[in-house]
Amino acid sequence: MRWTIAIAAAAFAAASYANDIGQIKTVSGTVHVEREGQQLAATPGMNVRQSDKLVTGSDGAVGVTFLDNSLLSAGPSTVLAIDRYSFDTTTHVGQFDTSLQKGTLAVVSGKIVKQTPGAMRVRTPASVMGVRGTEFVVRVGEAAN
Amino acid sequence: METVLVGAVLALILALNPPPPPPRAAPQPVVVEPPKPPPKRANAVPEIVVVLPSADGHVGTVVVERDGEKVVLNQAYASSRIAGTSGPQVTQLPEPQVRKVFAPTLTALPERPLNFQLYFVRGTDALTADSKGELARMLEEVSRRKAPDVLVVGHTDTVGKPDRNDKLSLQRAQRVKADLVRKGIAAGRVQASGRGEREPIVQTADGVDEPRNRRVEISVR
Repeated sequence: MRWTIAIAAAAFAAASYANDIGQIKTVSGTVHVEREGQQLAATPGMNVRQSDKLVTGSDGAVGVTFLDNSLLSAGPSTVLAIDRYSFDTTTHVGQFDTSLQKGTLAVVSGKIVKQTPGAMRVRTPASVMGVRGTEFVVRVGEAAN
Repeated sequence: METVLVGAVLALILALNPPPPPPRAAPQPVVVEPPKPPPKRANAVPEIVVVLPSADGHVGTVVVERDGEKVVLNQAYASSRIAGTSGPQVTQLPEPQVRKVFAPTLTALPERPLNFQLYFVRGTDALTADSKGELARMLEEVSRRKAPDVLVVGHTDTVGKPDRNDKLSLQRAQRVKADLVRKGIAAGRVQASGRGEREPIVQTADGVDEPRNRRVEISVR
């Protein structure tokens, strides 16, 4: 019985590690991570998972580094969903889908796009952006200032 | 295709000149499947995408797709926007304007990951003399960053058996990890792994003493 629990705990630990796809590196102002219906206050060093939603307040901004060295940041009053992320550290094959519902986003693409141009996509309410290795910014809605 | 076009034109004409209500005596034929109306851009939230040059000046490509229309952005500060009723427009924006509008967002971007390579004395996990300085620089960079995480991947040359090299490569990575932990980095923030002799920098035959392959690759993020 004790062993079963230990094995289950180890398996869970391994699984949760595998779910971590990136890490929050910068936080300013109010920033939350929405995960499975919960609102978690974002802090530097916090892990990010697939299906997380980054939500910033009018004074907020957040930056995330992903496993493949893709960098993303969200500016004030932003809702950014991490829809899908996969990355094979050996082959560098992966897929990265996000959607910017409102606000601003900056992207520096990483190894996924280097290996497979177009494997990163950013959706907005009206568009889909296919990324072929680059840095770019996106805004949905009027400028706040 | 043609039917869709005709339908769209008809829908447009109908929208501009709504027909008078039909007299009751003459019932209209039932329309089974009305053609899709053209996208309502008037209601669309304004959007803008701008491509930036990277630190080394290289400019990549973003393909923006809207309503089945594709726009390719591949020049520094080329932008595509939709606003009001207009379709996608491609324009070149002045750099200061882009930097100003997106200032809080660009400021929040994490620091670029930095890579280091350390080399080892043959058959051991002891660093070469040259690599000791590089190790110090790596540790300094990690200390400087606010929320660092470090990937450490060990490699060997092809001297010795593959399974022995798997162990040696991991041992090299763990040696570097131990240095990081001693420096105060949480063990959970350092991922150490060994790739044995599978990924040489220099391709060699089996059993070749190759200093450039006896290495640990470190990504500070």
